[in-house]
Amino acid sequence: MANATVTTTPESTHWTALKRAIRSFALFRESWIGMIGAAIIVFWILVAIFAPLISPFDPLATLQPFAKPGTTFVKGGTFLLGTDHIGRDILSRLIWGSRTVLIYAPLATFTAYAVGILMGLAAGYQRGWVDDVLSRISDIVLSFPVLVLYIIIIATIGASGVNIIIAITFASAPGVMRIVRGLVLDLRSRDYVAAAQIRGESAWYIMLVEILPNARGPLIVDACLRMGYVIITIGVLGFLGLGLPPPDPDWGGMINETRQMAMAFPHMALFPCMAISSLILGFNLLADGLREISLRD
Amino acid sequence: MTARGDTPILEIEDLNISYYTRAGEIPAVIDFTLTVDRSETVGLVGESGCGKSTVAWAIMQFMGNNGAIKSGSIKFIGHELNDLSDEALRQLRGSEISMIYQEPFAALNPSLTIASQLMEVPITHEQVSKKEAWERCAQMLSDVHLPDPQRIMHAYPHQLSGGQQQRVVISMALLSNPSLLLLDEPTTALDVTVEAGIVKLIADISKKFGTSQIYISHNLGLISEVCERVYVMYSGEVVEQGSINSVFTRPKHPYTQGLFGCIPLPPTDKNAAPLRPIKGQLPLPHKRPRGCNFGPRCDHFEAGRCDARNVTMVPVAGSDVVDHRVRCLRWNEIDGRGPPAQAKAKPPIELGERVLEVKHMQKYYEVHDRTIAAFISGQSIRFVKANEALDFDARRGETVAIVGESGCGKSTFAKVLMGLECSSAGELRHEGLEIGNTLVNRRSSQQQNALQMVFQNPNDTLNPSHTVGAQIARVIEKFGIEKDKNKIRERVLNLLDDVKLPRDFYFCRPRQLSGGQKQRVGIARAFAGNPSLVIADEPVSSLDVSVAAAVTELLMEIQREHQTTLLFISHDLSVVRYLADRIVVMYLGQIMERGTTEEIFAPPYHPYTEALLSAVPIADPDIEKREIVLEGDLPSALDPPMGCPFVTRCPRKLGEICEQERPLMQSLSREHAIACHIPIEELQHIEPVISVSPASERLRAK
Repeated sequence: MANATVTTTPESTHWTALKRAIRSFALFRESWIGMIGAAIIVFWILVAIFAPLISPFDPLATLQPFAKPGTTFVKGGTFLLGTDHIGRDILSRLIWGSRTVLIYAPLATFTAYAVGILMGLAAGYQRGWVDDVLSRISDIVLSFPVLVLYIIIIATIGASGVNIIIAITFASAPGVMRIVRGLVLDLRSRDYVAAAQIRGESAWYIMLVEILPNARGPLIVDACLRMGYVIITIGVLGFLGLGLPPPDPDWGGMINETRQMAMAFPHMALFPCMAISSLILGFNLLADGLREISLRD
Repeated sequence: MTARGDTPILEIEDLNISYYTRAGEIPAVIDFTLTVDRSETVGLVGESGCGKSTVAWAIMQFMGNNGAIKSGSIKFIGHELNDLSDEALRQLRGSEISMIYQEPFAALNPSLTIASQLMEVPITHEQVSKKEAWERCAQMLSDVHLPDPQRIMHAYPHQLSGGQQQRVVISMALLSNPSLLLLDEPTTALDVTVEAGIVKLIADISKKFGTSQIYISHNLGLISEVCERVYVMYSGEVVEQGSINSVFTRPKHPYTQGLFGCIPLPPTDKNAAPLRPIKGQLPLPHKRPRGCNFGPRCDHFEAGRCDARNVTMVPVAGSDVVDHRVRCLRWNEIDGRGPPAQAKAKPPIELGERVLEVKHMQKYYEVHDRTIAAFISGQSIRFVKANEALDFDARRGETVAIVGESGCGKSTFAKVLMGLECSSAGELRHEGLEIGNTLVNRRSSQQQNALQMVFQNPNDTLNPSHTVGAQIARVIEKFGIEKDKNKIRERVLNLLDDVKLPRDFYFCRPRQLSGGQKQRVGIARAFAGNPSLVIADEPVSSLDVSVAAAVTELLMEIQREHQTTLLFISHDLSVVRYLADRIVVMYLGQIMERGTTEEIFAPPYHPYTEALLSAVPIADPDIEKREIVLEGDLPSALDPPMGCPFVTRCPRKLGEICEQERPLMQSLSREHAIACHIPIEELQHIEPVISVSPASERLRAK
């Protein structure tokens, strides 16, 4: 209080918000693990945004089958990472494929979180039969092996971008719900929640405004980790032939299409594998970094 | 005091301790000198952050990985502790020097039996056989007055109550017969009547075992009852030291004097002689002022002198004072002038019409017992009788205190009143309207607005995700007091002025505020909609003495201004005596006694009130208290005694009738009633618990 002076108009919210953002970033920079993760993710985001500019060939054009990495194309240019069995440039497909992953993975994670958070808030805050019903539903979903669940869902409703998101939401939301429910069970007994109840606030106001913002720390960390799993899932679905229908470039699909030739032409499957791994690694490192900071203070 | 010729148990000289953080070096303890003689109990008193626990850790030579002793010496019976090897220290800790911590449930390992935790001490330090260890431990448990030591040896910590756990921790510390015992707030986590038992035990120990003790506490009353000498710390330094009598009756340092102005000792009164909070705040360790650390908050501050250079300890010269030293340049000049700037007396609040009526209110919780035994016996539903037949009322502008220890049902009553729970039976009327059965969402907006609450825990009362301004503004917006955004904001800023916080706090988040500041925001939020009744649930019990005084005064002031009825829930009778008009004493969900403050504090008492009065430590050596120590613990609310709830611990139990029949309320006056089987005539002959000796210098000075 000693250094705060009394003024009639305190400084505006935007200014303090900006200062807080700068301070948070300064804190984050101290975690080099998190910085590496963030760098990898930013790299892929840039690749996805500038795909039309940086991809050397048309990802769908069949140019020269079975070219090894580094082969020069007769009409000019080099296949830096080689081509696949029907002659499409792997580098170009990787670059365009990053768009698929970076659109569907965040979308799927977001919807899984939206559903999971609403379920978790309701179960944790309302308790009673709401909790019983929601928890049992999530137990049932979680008791299925995820892969089997995906195959059943996609086989039933068909393979498409929207359906991938639906399948991932269905399978991941119960996990999110459990985390949120645990956090809410702790937060609902805080005095500020009681103060809101005494004011006669509605249940949804308390859940969304009083409780949810205080659960954001663990949820952000978990979202980053889960993003990694979702990328794996999208890859696996592609690999199983349940991903985006061809000919759109899809990293998982690329591995699937070329796996029979993996012994003779390892580059066809290897580079998409590396792309998937690097992005997952990026999100995991980012999650580690965020957790490190959140534990420090 | 023992002969000065002996080597003292502990000698600390010119000790300086610093912590190293990302913000740089933070001096935690500066220029600290202390001596403890054989079988002497020395008190270390100060507010949080003054470095008193750091001293204890330094004696144990356990500074963590970011703390270090920079200079000075710590000599234990003549041996320099700073030079000892890790191995030698391990031999010393737990055998020659033992420590007792604040929270007994954190000090005991929940997965080991008491026996295995206790026996470890003699087996490790003295290599005795298991059989001998067992016998010694059982003996020690009975020495700390635990009933049935053999059963306790087999028990796990969770099977014992808090008071029993703390006794086990004390016995563990005493097992190796240490020369020095460090007690760091050993009773802060316990209820007052349990605390009284532990304090008596600690006092007996030094007599019986000849153990020297360092007793660390923020509670001046406890220190005065347990210790022989005291060191008062402020912001890393000792500011005053001396015998209890000397320091407590004639404090020399302005800070010590200020502390006494902050505690509601018997002569203070909310109208005639209000508390005098110390102005300002404890400086942050890296922002200490030049010269005297207390300078900016001191009423006797003299620029150019007090802030010129560091102040050293000087002996207080006087006729009968021995070893009384003070860190103040002007002690001689300000001495004898008495407390500065006596706070102004205020007229009492005029009481209005009845705002709250409680008639035979009951609140039972159902507990479903799903064990097979319960199924067979057919008693699968049991009741926790949290509130039983509550009867009282409150008028406009009145302060009614509900007093009782944890588990007495005072918080349950608050929940029912606030509409978070429904009552099971009886009436609860607010301004004539029944509200006991109406949950908060079913109440009208006016009723929601009229009943507000101030919470206990400052760290929990504000939502960490929202700014201070937004949280207060929400109340104004919710109850539609103002519609226009700018007007709401203006009102919030005025409320911040009212609770004496800078307007800049509008955009602050709760974590940027100190505990006292958070509590002020909590008060502003509760009063934002001009409620007619506010429940304050122990609003100052977790704050430091000087902060608590300021917050208490603020609460009184706002209440006075708004003519609000205040229900003040507390376990601390000295605070209650200070601010309440009427008192309701509860035990195990029932009212034991109710009446005006004067009636409660004078005989006839209910035996429980009598014990409570005796249990609250008073920081004045001139006040004499009759010692009443209750045996045992609070019974479980699931299985309360059939007759009087207090029968299991009552020192005045009559016999059969107390166990079998529930006592009726005996009315003495319009307000005063006691629920006891003992006839009023007999209760009237009980001596007062607290008496001030006529020769009291403190009172004569006033």
